[in-house]
Amino acid sequence: MKLKDIVKEFGLEVKAGPGHLDQEVTGGYVSDLLSDVLAHAEDGNIWVTLHIHQNIVAVAAHKGLCGIILVQGRDPEKDTVAKAEEEGIPIMVSSLSAFELVGRLYKAGIRGAEAD
Amino acid sequence: MALRPIKADLHVHTCLSPCSGLDMSPREVVNAALQRGLDLIGVCDHNSAQNVLAVKKAGERNGLMVLGGMEVASSEEAHILVFFDDDDDLLGFQDYIYQHLYGRNDEHAFGLQVIADDEDGVTGFCDRLLIAATSLPAEAIVAAARAAKSESLVIAAHVDRESFSIIGQLGFIPPALVLDAVEVSAQMTVEEAKERFPDCRNYPVITSSDAHGPEDIGKRFTCFTVEDGSVAEIKKALSGRDGRKAVC
Repeated sequence: MKLKDIVKEFGLEVKAGPGHLDQEVTGGYVSDLLSDVLAHAEDGNIWVTLHIHQNIVAVAAHKGLCGIILVQGRDPEKDTVAKAEEEGIPIMVSSLSAFELVGRLYKAGIRGAEAD
Repeated sequence: MALRPIKADLHVHTCLSPCSGLDMSPREVVNAALQRGLDLIGVCDHNSAQNVLAVKKAGERNGLMVLGGMEVASSEEAHILVFFDDDDDLLGFQDYIYQHLYGRNDEHAFGLQVIADDEDGVTGFCDRLLIAATSLPAEAIVAAARAAKSESLVIAAHVDRESFSIIGQLGFIPPALVLDAVEVSAQMTVEEAKERFPDCRNYPVITSSDAHGPEDIGKRFTCFTVEDGSVAEIKKALSGRDGRKAVC
């Protein structure tokens, strides 16, 4: 599934990186601890979080994540959007809670890594 | 020595922090602080103190007091400011932090981590992942600071912010955590912070800039009435002992 299909299917609002939605999503990761994402998210994953600080973009760029979905209609900080544009990391917003959104992504075929 | 009022910004980064600009070199930091009329700054880069001695030297030369510290990220991703008067204590504490900090910096994603001397010469680059969180819970960080030979000053950073603050990450300040103060950031007044975060009423409060660029140094500060800018004097001021006081 491509990012643009997820945007369409879940009615996500694209806040940054609209030119980078043609990527294949390899899987999903959900966490609000940046160090946990640094340690466990995988290349090409979509990251679901409520974090809106600009460090999320640096973490996503470093890990090669395909994009970030902010939940509960969260508004990314101005610096976050600017940095995401610069790095080409799409930031999308869903009005759903993390639990609800992740459940629907899973149903649509997006999977997390199996436990080690 | 007589008591006197000093203007202090205890939360200033340098070019060692990946999220800070190259213009936060030791001399630039000292110059900007003096221009804003500050008497004392606290140097606290993320999880490292490798530029502290250079800023101290530059400060000494120009008549600015500099308190050496670090902004440590706990495993819960709460930021805690830790200061020592004694450089050996600070560097020993840094060793302990480094033992619990993993990963290598990615300069493209996170930024350069420049180690500089007091004349603004670049002496190296720190390759540790300073932006990361340590594996130490907040309580362990405070315990390590308290275990040093000399007194330590421990302040919970920007408790009013949503991210990287002990209240934001843990919901409230764990009662077992022995803090000397909490810091309110530039985004709200102390009164607003006390209203929104009742925990702020239980601790002495400081305000500081958390400057990552020279233009932000001194944007927020705290006035201490003290004999000098040492940890012991600041702690007395925070608890209102011996005629010392702290006013935001």
